[in-house]
Amino acid sequence: MSFIAGAALAAEGSFETPGTPNFWWPLINGGGDGTWAITRPAIVFLLSSLLIAWFFMTVLGKKMKIVPTKGQFVAEGIYDFVRNTIGRDIIGSKHFKPFLPLLLTCFTLILFNNVAGIIPFIQFPSTSRIGIPIVLTAIVYITYHVVAIRHKGGFGKYMGSLIPPGLPGWLKPIMFVLEFLTYFVIRPLTLALRLFGNMMAGHLMLLVFILGGEYLLLHGGNIGLQGAGILSFAFSIVMTFFELLVEFLQAFIFTMLAALYLADAVSDHH
Amino acid sequence: MTGNIGNLAFLGYGLAAIGPGIGIGLIFAAYINGVARQPEARNMLQTIAFTGMALTEALAILGLVFAFVFKGGS
Repeated sequence: MSFIAGAALAAEGSFETPGTPNFWWPLINGGGDGTWAITRPAIVFLLSSLLIAWFFMTVLGKKMKIVPTKGQFVAEGIYDFVRNTIGRDIIGSKHFKPFLPLLLTCFTLILFNNVAGIIPFIQFPSTSRIGIPIVLTAIVYITYHVVAIRHKGGFGKYMGSLIPPGLPGWLKPIMFVLEFLTYFVIRPLTLALRLFGNMMAGHLMLLVFILGGEYLLLHGGNIGLQGAGILSFAFSIVMTFFELLVEFLQAFIFTMLAALYLADAVSDHH
Repeated sequence: MTGNIGNLAFLGYGLAAIGPGIGIGLIFAAYINGVARQPEARNMLQTIAFTGMALTEALAILGLVFAFVFKGGS
């Protein structure tokens, strides 16, 4: 859809650079009376959660085999990665088990929605709309605060644990303000914006290479510019594989940071 | 390309991204060094490297968001 819109603009004469308008999707609403409305990223997100649930329930729900089938191999690989590399190594073998459902859900959901950016016919990462990262971050944010308050025995003790031990008295208020800002403002803000910013910038970059290549090729005028257009297309293919790497890395980093914040919440020292 | 404030905001973002770029380069240089010297410490170093990268990258992300915020004012 955004490709078609961009091509139409380019055909009118001047090249319209891709920007934030490319991320706007028309609302689908029943009758237009405003009682309900959804967008295409929302549909992709709902479908992804259904697909992931169906995949794990069908593959791991029935009797598992010692020699795994292909589906079981993939499911076990994902679970093993989240459990051992992210959960156990970061939170620690004592406390990590209750958080595995949250971490696995975060990882698979973000991974699928990121990779939707390069799946043909979807080609839009639904995590590049700020709403989805905000909701995921809100869940992590509430979880690690509640866990910390429970684990440290009350809100007052949690606030007290923000100050590192062994500081001189005059430094304590300054450190408290800094740590408080880190825990309550900077962490959720960067957690949501990192995912959103990376996905949006990646999608914009692909749009620039593909739409720019199309414009140069069809409206370039001379052979040099048309050659540049073909080069731009070729580079967009390279960039697509680079995007796959970034999409996987962002899902990993989001889950890893969530685990890291939870590890802070259940740690005994500090 | 009329040279309005929106384009200036993105020029500023380009300049602001230099710092986090250098920082991430330093972090991964140290990570590769560490793994090359002591391959068995890889898992521990990976966590530390990605944590440092997340903290450094936060600056670049805030810059990107501010670029769009100030572009809206043009």
